[in-house]
Amino acid sequence: MTTSADPSTRVSLGPAADEGLARRLRALACTAPLHDLDSRKANLAGEYAVYGMAEVALSAIDLVTLQMDFDTGADRDQVLARLQPRVAAQAPQRPWTEHERVARWVLESLINVGSVDRGFRAVYGTFATDGSYVRRDYDFKLIEEVPGPDGGVYLRTTDEAVNVLVGALDTDVTSAQIAAEVKLEVLINRGRLADAQLAAEQARYRTVQFAETLRRALEATRRNVRAVDWMETVPDLIHEALEHIADRYRHENAILTNIRRARDESEDPEHKRRAAELVDIVKDCIRRHTQLQTRLLEAGPLFRAEQDRQAFAGPTARSGLDLYGQLLAPLLRLPLEHGLRVTDAFFSSAIGLRTPVSVRVTDLVEVLLTPPVEREHLGAELPEPDLLDTPDDSRFSEAQLEAAQVLLDLPPDAPRRLSGLLAEARRSDPELPYLVALLAVHAASPSVGTAYRQGEERLLFAVDDGARLDDPEFGGADLIVGSALLDAAGMAAERAEASAPTDPPARALVPAGRKPHHLESRP
Amino acid sequence: MTSYDEHPTTGDGAGAPPAITPGDVADASRLVSFGLQPKLLPARDAEYGELVRRYRDDPGFARLADAVATGLGLIVLEVSPRAGMAVAASEDSVFAVRLGEYSRRAASESTDRFLHGLAHLAVAALAFPRPEDLADDGYLGRITVNGVDTFVRQVCRRLEEQAEAEGANTDPVSDAPGLEAAWRVYARRSATGATKDARRLSGSTIGIVGKAMSFMVDTGFLQKTSDDSGGTFRTTARYQLQVRDLAGSAAMAELLALGVVPISDGSASLLPPDPTEELVADAGLPFHSS
Repeated sequence: MTTSADPSTRVSLGPAADEGLARRLRALACTAPLHDLDSRKANLAGEYAVYGMAEVALSAIDLVTLQMDFDTGADRDQVLARLQPRVAAQAPQRPWTEHERVARWVLESLINVGSVDRGFRAVYGTFATDGSYVRRDYDFKLIEEVPGPDGGVYLRTTDEAVNVLVGALDTDVTSAQIAAEVKLEVLINRGRLADAQLAAEQARYRTVQFAETLRRALEATRRNVRAVDWMETVPDLIHEALEHIADRYRHENAILTNIRRARDESEDPEHKRRAAELVDIVKDCIRRHTQLQTRLLEAGPLFRAEQDRQAFAGPTARSGLDLYGQLLAPLLRLPLEHGLRVTDAFFSSAIGLRTPVSVRVTDLVEVLLTPPVEREHLGAELPEPDLLDTPDDSRFSEAQLEAAQVLLDLPPDAPRRLSGLLAEARRSDPELPYLVALLAVHAASPSVGTAYRQGEERLLFAVDDGARLDDPEFGGADLIVGSALLDAAGMAAERAEASAPTDPPARALVPAGRKPHHLESRP
Repeated sequence: MTSYDEHPTTGDGAGAPPAITPGDVADASRLVSFGLQPKLLPARDAEYGELVRRYRDDPGFARLADAVATGLGLIVLEVSPRAGMAVAASEDSVFAVRLGEYSRRAASESTDRFLHGLAHLAVAALAFPRPEDLADDGYLGRITVNGVDTFVRQVCRRLEEQAEAEGANTDPVSDAPGLEAAWRVYARRSATGATKDARRLSGSTIGIVGKAMSFMVDTGFLQKTSDDSGGTFRTTARYQLQVRDLAGSAAMAELLALGVVPISDGSASLLPPDPTEELVADAGLPFHSS
């Protein structure tokens, strides 16, 4: 409602400042649903304080933005599935059903499923031109549900959400795009790949946003030629977009060449990884541009076909009411309470008629006493599946594996003979020696490369010194089994320096030229 | 209305005015009852076809049938082989559809009431996009649920862009929902939404438009041709008559009463009020006057 203020005590700084304030208030309002999530989580049944709901929400907006394509939005189930690892990482000890519930709750809150508009509303105040203070409603959506070509419901992020996400509120798409690209190039030239990745990701959001603007314009053109100005606006738009694509394409290809060089020349694996990620991002940008270009090229022929169809229809002698121009268009400009009078008048006279149903008591009795008909649409009954338990065909149980590992957890300074290990194993479990023997044979050719890459600190190894194994069940070499300590820190340093990590130091532990003998089972 | 002194072109007597027999009244009522089954067409029912033919050939019988219809609270729009006996319910008739029966939510919520009414108007506007289409008896409109929704959204978006270009703050004043611009009400309602079962969300705009269209199938205004784009329909002669002769003028009268539509010079169509919306000449498109 309005309240008139005394002009002398007015605090307004003029309409321009007030407009700027209103804009910032609206931008601020867009973040409110995210904060709201964290304050509302206390109301959920259960203990949900561990989850960072705003983080999950921002990540959800990210996922939807990156997944939505030119034609459809993002698939809801896919978004939920990709959201889950992040939720799970926040509370790994909780059950996955709870993670799923949290992901779903966040997504539904972002859509605001409970409200009839499925959107949010914020109230802010401005000064009107006459100096009175007016409270206004600002309605916005973050994620909206749109119909897909297959009849399903897909998700799209709104401009508001993309703005909140990118953090560049109320900016011009094209200029922001250029800024991001320039920044990216500079960063790559300086070799600062971490920053470059951030910039590339932002550039991709911009690209998506740009495509979204164009998609809406083209969709409207396609469906409804008359709603779009084909003399100037749309040709200009297409021309501008094609130029933009050509420009970006050149630019991104140049960047791609640069990053590929950075990727191939870099010696730092971290740099390499980042560069590889960047290549993927830029490739995705190029793919999106190509997709956009295809749509742009289709637009012209489509307009001509549509124009032909409508222009060459024979004119009729009479002409009637122009439903759009005379009714619908002026109606939509009216305030709701006036518009309502028009739609009510149209509704009541355009709705048609219905034939009222009258019931005779005798019929009613019969209807009420008839037993309900079995519903057929459930289909035939499914036969109860005859399930057989899959026999547990693992040779060894978990407990046995654990026992074997305890046995083989040898101190680094005291290696043991395989014969002794087998004998000890046999005392606890007649099956265990087989597992111990198997593990020992594996240790004869330890996976040194893997341990080196993963930075492990110890490694089980087995060496054949020529002694023969004397055992009732096994034959072959009586291996010396022991634990080798690996120099994790040294290896890490070496990894950083080495250009090709082929010869790790642990290799020296296995004597060259001595192939471990294969154990054979005695009959 | 039931009395007449004209010579019938057909009838039992030559010269003398034929008396109305109970049989004639029964036939006239029978014709009206056929008209009350909107999906039935004379081409599909021999008796209906014969009565329609009699209505057109025999003015006496036609007046009798008109009288029966009027007595029942019906308005006769046309009696023809293509449309059958097209009748519409007058406002206080037992055959009129009440809003509460149509949608319970619409009866209590003024925004929902508006959206339901707007959906019907938008369906008509897209079914007969040019004034000629509404006038041409042979015209069949083809519309889809998603198409209607996107069309209205597009119009709303253009209004929003215009308002932005004019620098107007379109956010409505709190606590005065009636002053909110009509296009905003539509624009902020979600287009669709996932539901627990696979049905359409009834409060979404696609749900509202879809309801309007499926209701019109029941009243014989539309025929469903496929499930593409949320449901594809084509119009019937009855719908064209209803919009042209009844609903369009009723809504226009209301709009004029609000002082919104400028007085036209009698030409076929009005331009959209904003001159910036001028479109390509000779495109034959419905937005601009010929």
